[in-house]
Amino acid sequence: MIEAIPTQFIIIFVGLLAVMAFVGLNAIVLVYLERKVAGFIHRRPGPYEVGPPCFPHGILQPFADGLKLVGKQLFTPRGADSILFWLAPMISIAPAIVCFIVIPFGPHLQIVNTNVGLVLILAFTGINVLALCLAGWASQNKYGLIGAARDISQGVAYEIPLLLVVLSVVFMTGTFNLFDIADGQGAWPWQWYIFYQPLAFIIFFICALAETNRNPFDLPEAESELTAGFHTEYSGMGFACFFLAEYAYMVVASCIIAILFLGGFQGPVLPGGWWFLAKVYVLLLIMIWIRWTFPRVRFDQLLNICWKWLIPLAVLNLLITLAVIAI
Amino acid sequence: MIVKSLRETMLGMWSLLVGMKVTAVNFKSTQITVHYPREVVHSLEGYRGHIELVPSDEDPYKPKCIACNNCVRICPSACISLTAIKPKKKAAEKTEAPDSADEVKTKGKKEAPAKKAKPELESFVCDYNYCCLCGLCVQSCPTGALRYSSNVYLAGFTRQEFVLDLLSRLQNQAQKKEQ
Repeated sequence: MIEAIPTQFIIIFVGLLAVMAFVGLNAIVLVYLERKVAGFIHRRPGPYEVGPPCFPHGILQPFADGLKLVGKQLFTPRGADSILFWLAPMISIAPAIVCFIVIPFGPHLQIVNTNVGLVLILAFTGINVLALCLAGWASQNKYGLIGAARDISQGVAYEIPLLLVVLSVVFMTGTFNLFDIADGQGAWPWQWYIFYQPLAFIIFFICALAETNRNPFDLPEAESELTAGFHTEYSGMGFACFFLAEYAYMVVASCIIAILFLGGFQGPVLPGGWWFLAKVYVLLLIMIWIRWTFPRVRFDQLLNICWKWLIPLAVLNLLITLAVIAI
Repeated sequence: MIVKSLRETMLGMWSLLVGMKVTAVNFKSTQITVHYPREVVHSLEGYRGHIELVPSDEDPYKPKCIACNNCVRICPSACISLTAIKPKKKAAEKTEAPDSADEVKTKGKKEAPAKKAKPELESFVCDYNYCCLCGLCVQSCPTGALRYSSNVYLAGFTRQEFVLDLLSRLQNQAQKKEQ
């Protein structure tokens, strides 16, 4: 019977388990990092007091948070569509994990090397919009509904410049295979695509912030207006799933930026995996830094930035790229 | 038109970078949080706790208070009550705050010619449960006999613990100082 199981299936299964561990670990690190960075920017220490003195600087805080979320009651509000309500967090987290299987973490560290890697990631991250829409709709809450509506228009609008920018990189390399894109760049920074496509890098970064609902584009969960937006009614693991998914998508976005523009696992001296991790974490730190610096944009501003600036610029960037390639 | 909006956008982008620099500088600069149980603030000056009586210059056991009842009258929460006795004539006439106010008024009239009949404070009670910390009593005191204490560690389990007898508090403090 054992021989009947194809090796590919085993690889994917083990890989998915590893990815889940990676996502969980990342969430723990990022929660801590986020709160510490926020604290330092506000000139306070951030989490500090959790656990006995042998764990200094509140290093147990993410575990305490996690335990609290696991221990909380799963609560369905009255009038909510309970099937959709509990389906939404799962739809949110599942594609986030799938996205990781095509990402080349190192020269020999990739679960599935497929020639549609980039398309797969773009397709699966798009599902998150559906999940948030369901969450907002099913929770029978006005804030949730407004949050969901915002998320859809934001997600749909920012997908366009994102795809256009990805397209210009794809035209340059001629492949959707993430491994080949990373492999095509050199080890040194001036050989990375950020130097061929600086505008594309900026547009992609802004779009990634918007797609992952990060500040200054976190309108779907704007605390000051919508209490918590689409996840107002969620507590315990329902909320934790959205939370994990948000951080997972942040990591996915950083990975894609690192692969498309910063040479992926390429780098001098050190082995590839470490370079990749370092690049991803620098990008994540910049995202966190941005979150604690800028105020939230208004919704019309958000859409204006997209339709009036990013999409024309992305089209221009694509046309110039095409012209250069044709010549 | 286009040039103007491009210029504005560029300026906007620049301002974003300036903002990032501000947070980066704050990130690196020293923290201002005091880790309370392990450290304490160096000075409680400026802390506006509950009121306390100021001792007079001659006798640290006696307050500066002349029992004029200004604080009692101005307190919007009516949480101050004081009683005073005349040192010579009618001693130990325990009365409630509003009664004593009348008493002092009549006293004041009598006092004007003869200065010696100065009322002496018998009790000064502040019901901190109702205090709204407006500080009007401190402002209105003609002799500067009231001030804010720096009692940060005020905590208790019953309401009664927050009915503060300020006169005995003053005397306790004076005793402690002597020791």
